[in-house]
Amino acid sequence: MLQKAFYIFVKISVLFLLGLNVRRKELLPSKGPAIIVANHNSHLDTMVLMALMPFSRLKDIKPVAAADYFFSSPLKAWLSEHVLGILPLERKGAEAGRDPLEGCYNALDEGKVLILFPEGSRGEPEKMTRLKKGVSYLAARCPQAPVVPVFTHGLGKALPKGSFLLVPFFCDIFVGEPVTWQEDRIQFMKLLQERFEALSSEKSFAPWE
Amino acid sequence: MNLLPIQWALVGIWAILAVASVIVFVIARRSDGKMTELVQRTQSWWVMVAIFTVAFLVSNTISIIVFGLISFLALKEYFSMIPTRRADRRVLFWAYLSIPVQYFWVYDSYYGMFAVFIPVYMFLFLPFASLMTQKTEGFLKAVGTLNWGLMLCVFSISHAAFLLILPATPNSSAGGAGLLLFLIFLTQFNDVAQYTWGKLLGRHKIIPGVSPNKTWEGFVGGVATTFVLALVTAPLVTPFEMIHAAAAGILIPVAGFVGDVTVSALKRDLGVKDTGSLIPGHGGILDRIDSLTYTAPLFFHFTRYFYY
Repeated sequence: MLQKAFYIFVKISVLFLLGLNVRRKELLPSKGPAIIVANHNSHLDTMVLMALMPFSRLKDIKPVAAADYFFSSPLKAWLSEHVLGILPLERKGAEAGRDPLEGCYNALDEGKVLILFPEGSRGEPEKMTRLKKGVSYLAARCPQAPVVPVFTHGLGKALPKGSFLLVPFFCDIFVGEPVTWQEDRIQFMKLLQERFEALSSEKSFAPWE
Repeated sequence: MNLLPIQWALVGIWAILAVASVIVFVIARRSDGKMTELVQRTQSWWVMVAIFTVAFLVSNTISIIVFGLISFLALKEYFSMIPTRRADRRVLFWAYLSIPVQYFWVYDSYYGMFAVFIPVYMFLFLPFASLMTQKTEGFLKAVGTLNWGLMLCVFSISHAAFLLILPATPNSSAGGAGLLLFLIFLTQFNDVAQYTWGKLLGRHKIIPGVSPNKTWEGFVGGVATTFVLALVTAPLVTPFEMIHAAAAGILIPVAGFVGDVTVSALKRDLGVKDTGSLIPGHGGILDRIDSLTYTAPLFFHFTRYFYY
């Protein structure tokens, strides 16, 4: 309920303040288990991806985010879990003997849609870094889940890391064809990386230095 | 039915739209599927005319807010399209903030401030805000492009809204609202007329280096059509005498053409086809209001000089 109200507010703000130009929205997974992987530039990334999904399915969509950031205080943890609907991930120093992806496996088994940012950090806005391979473990474990690459541009311009001032820009969202498990981790990551490169070169963007 | 002249004018616009839609429907059926853009365009016209009609009938304040929103969307499109400096994020934010302020002057009928706020105060303030970043590389280009964006998207368009503030005169009960309707209708109709004449008869390119699809035939046909329409509609919604109606009937289509090719030159420089994708079939909002960026201030001052 709270989550729904929050994301309705987010959707209106996103559409009014930013404005999205979505290509191939129909390729977004309509049911779980599925994994959406996106490049990470801004806190807005999660908001925008959630806003693209139908409200009736919000419960089944789980953005995966760093536990050390989003669950660092009790208040943050409560908001992250109940309002944003975040699934926490231990980025480093996970307890010995426990797979940090355990929560993700369970969620996929329950038929949820995960939203993942395999760059691992927002980093320099509008610059993509190498994808971390965690997503390949998820794909291997749950090979029936399609992995849908989504490339976004502009959100890092609107709200980059380290800034609180939101400056409106139209944002482009490019949804790619789903990638399925390739029986080989390196092969899979290579394919995913190539998909992202193809999506990011679909349009030439205005320089922003 | 006892309708005011301005309401008759709105009825007329809906009637034209309905007739045009039937024609498009027939053409689209005959050409089986090759005309999807034309159909989309027509559908978008319905939405735009509906928004405009509602704003118009509800109140002046709502209409001013709608123009403010148009300026915001256009400026956002412009800033998203041009090269900007990361350091200037805050400067862009100030530029956006000038929109509510400029439209407040409209609402407040404060003509003196309305006329100078952007070209004096904002144009002096933005370079200052930009130099505070202490990054001088690309400073001139950044300031120049920001100023021009404000000029096109905010200052020019706000003149259309300022027409609303003009009072009724003994010759014309429609007042400012009638003048605004006259301006918007002729500007947009002229776009369509120039396009249609160009498609039907276009041979000789008028300015191929900027806009290869524009032709002399389209331009002349559009100006002639708009001129006739101006003469017919002026008595209904404006205080204009025949001589001024005729002058406006030339001013609007010619200025509209210039506005159109100016935005085309900008797009060509940036290497983009459309300024955005907000309006299906038309492209971005700047693609739709490009003519208005020239017609609004020119028509406003023309009217103000002769009648107010």
